[in-house]
Amino acid sequence: MALLQISEPGQSPAPHRQRLAVGIDLGTTNSLVAAVRSGVAAVLPDAQGRPLLPSIVRYLKNGAVEVGYAAQAKQAEDPGNTLVSVKRFMGRGLKDVAHLENAPYDFVDAPGMVQLRTVAGVKSPVEVSAEILKVLRLRAEQSLGGNLEGAVVTVPAYFDDAQRQATKDAGRLAGLNVLRLLNEPTAAAIAYGLDNASEGLFAVYDLGGGTFDLSILKLSRGVFEVVATSGDSMLGGDDFDQRLFCWIVEQAKLAPLSPRDMRLLLVKAREAKEALTFHSETGITARLASGELVDLRVDSETFCGMTQTLVHKTLGPVRRALRDAGLAVKDIQGVVMVGGATRMPQVQRAVAELFGRDPLNNLDPDKVVALGAAMQANVLAGNKPQGEEWLLLDVIPLSLGVETMGGLVEKIIPRNSTLPAARAQEFTTFKDGQTGMSFHVVQGERELVSDCRSLARFELKGIPPMAAGAARVRVTYQVDADGLLSVTAKEKTTGAEASVAVKPSYGLADADIERMLRDSFTHAKEDVHARALAESRVDGQRLLEATRSALAADGHLLSSEERSRIEERMGHLETALGGAEHRAIKQAIDALNHGTEAFAARRMDEGVRRALAGRKIGSL
Amino acid sequence: MSAAAAKASTSSSYFELFGLPPVFAMDLPALEKAYRDIQSRVHPDRFAHAGDAERRASLLWTTRVNEGFQVLKKPVSRARHLLELHGVDVAFETNTAMPQQFLMQQMELREALEAAIAARDPAGLAKLQQGLERDRQSLEKQLAQRLDADKDYAGAAGLVRELQFLEKLEAEIDGAYEAME
Repeated sequence: MALLQISEPGQSPAPHRQRLAVGIDLGTTNSLVAAVRSGVAAVLPDAQGRPLLPSIVRYLKNGAVEVGYAAQAKQAEDPGNTLVSVKRFMGRGLKDVAHLENAPYDFVDAPGMVQLRTVAGVKSPVEVSAEILKVLRLRAEQSLGGNLEGAVVTVPAYFDDAQRQATKDAGRLAGLNVLRLLNEPTAAAIAYGLDNASEGLFAVYDLGGGTFDLSILKLSRGVFEVVATSGDSMLGGDDFDQRLFCWIVEQAKLAPLSPRDMRLLLVKAREAKEALTFHSETGITARLASGELVDLRVDSETFCGMTQTLVHKTLGPVRRALRDAGLAVKDIQGVVMVGGATRMPQVQRAVAELFGRDPLNNLDPDKVVALGAAMQANVLAGNKPQGEEWLLLDVIPLSLGVETMGGLVEKIIPRNSTLPAARAQEFTTFKDGQTGMSFHVVQGERELVSDCRSLARFELKGIPPMAAGAARVRVTYQVDADGLLSVTAKEKTTGAEASVAVKPSYGLADADIERMLRDSFTHAKEDVHARALAESRVDGQRLLEATRSALAADGHLLSSEERSRIEERMGHLETALGGAEHRAIKQAIDALNHGTEAFAARRMDEGVRRALAGRKIGSL
Repeated sequence: MSAAAAKASTSSSYFELFGLPPVFAMDLPALEKAYRDIQSRVHPDRFAHAGDAERRASLLWTTRVNEGFQVLKKPVSRARHLLELHGVDVAFETNTAMPQQFLMQQMELREALEAAIAARDPAGLAKLQQGLERDRQSLEKQLAQRLDADKDYAGAAGLVRELQFLEKLEAEIDGAYEAME
């Protein structure tokens, strides 16, 4: 008889090698990477020991790119090519972005997502974000000593489909295998909940540099369940800087500013805001390019006055989330504060007043999101032994709808539905012989299409010609665990799988990503083929390993014939992995994936059966 | 499509899916427990490092389990599902014949809602909400009797429609709060 293996909590038994996985907080102001090592989550600092990476990218004429502190140092000197707070532009069109007039950039209106003109060419916010992610990937690979198998990248809970897709694209462009997009407040709740062994209903108030999220979670042993989320994806610490900046311009009676002076004063405004967290008064001194001296003093009362409406703006979403969850303020056991902007005393006071209790601040609001993401990455990579993992149930923040007659929206998946979620709708043709239909998917809570965010327009083609009203087209909208939408359609009377071409109203086509990937390799002088080979090897190894452990756990669900067919394909993959041809590896991966579909479905059924059986035994 | 995938996407009994008796008076903690037990086995987070086939199967299952949980959690959709399983169409869209007294009461409630919105009166909304909550509880009690004790599924359709009316009104009150902010 084999002896039972017992391992330390948080560590898997020896035969399972730890897969390198990280959590990345891609912030408006700062970004971080964290990992779980020896069972403990920690932020990975740079070579100088600095944990934060300022989310600032500077493009130079020769094609070189500076990221982080180096770029930050040049932001006033080279404002047009030094891009800050680019997260505000992710998945956003020119008309969606607030304070454009106060941003010292050369914007290019591109279809769907705004772009920025720099000395190194026109850049999409996705490319800029990818530069930040790339630096963090390299930092993690150096510090953990190997290639990363995957990363969890956090996004504001209130990000819509376009913003999420843009973030995932940035990860792909940076050479990351994005295991999951995780909502920032949820990540904070994981770090907080596991650290404090908390149970009950908690609110997470997350005011970052550019976004505001409010999530309400039910924490119980091993389950983190988001019951409602709400927020404002265009409200954050940056807006407080803007108010102070406008006050400075007004007080000093300044003429219209050059981009350089504008950036200089924005930096001074931010410094003053930070100083007012610890002091009741502070000075603002700056020498403009003209030689003019700005020398002002501001006290916290004045600052609170000018930012009162911003603080107030966060309270509406708090009340809405409570209502959506069917809860009252008194039901909430604790309020967790996340994001650097929650350090402002007026924010702390407003939250304490609304909830009638002091908010919880015992984890560093700058780091808590990255730590939670690292913990989740560790679970998703399969590093936790069974029984020690937790279950995370998150929701879609904004309703999905389709356009109907007269520009109205019909909701198909309501906000706060637990993910993944799907909805199918049936349509018919209104003309004889009609072979196509067009659809428009939007996201938002308003009744008019024009007030919601347009996500995708797509044409359904290939419906067999029939009499009007005879065809039955079933369209299925599926939102996955990342909050991303996909659409499939089928004609039911003939069973013909109608083709769906989803044309995003925003974002990047696969071809754009390919091109950017090639461009970035030219600059980084990395070998495209070497990278593709390395990536397909990681994918292939991962799939082999997953299939082996599936066979070990549930091999009894297969006949010996079925098993040998799968093993044959595993053999092919192993052979391909020995070669240096990434296309052959890719083909063998696809073949094995296809060959294990029935097995996967049977395993899933078996899992459900066991879950129910366990429950019955437990309740006896 | 494999048999299991088909099972994950058909609309057979959600009660069966969670291993629960098909009744209106639902044991909510038992439902929640079954939901979590199944989710902890099939959720995409368990298969993030697995192959495409398993990730797809997991997505199908989790979606169906989420959908079933939503249907069984809420009284209106639970009652509707129960009726459908017994071949009764609730006909929300087509059957609008309601008892006179109920319609009168609904009209009064709607007027009160409009008045509260016009006066921007959150206290008035809260009072309406409390009244609705009482009506809802009494309707649910009647439904439990009709469905679980009398097994009169066809006869319960009218009550389910009434409950649906209340639910719509509750949603409108939430919308009114939002508009006031």
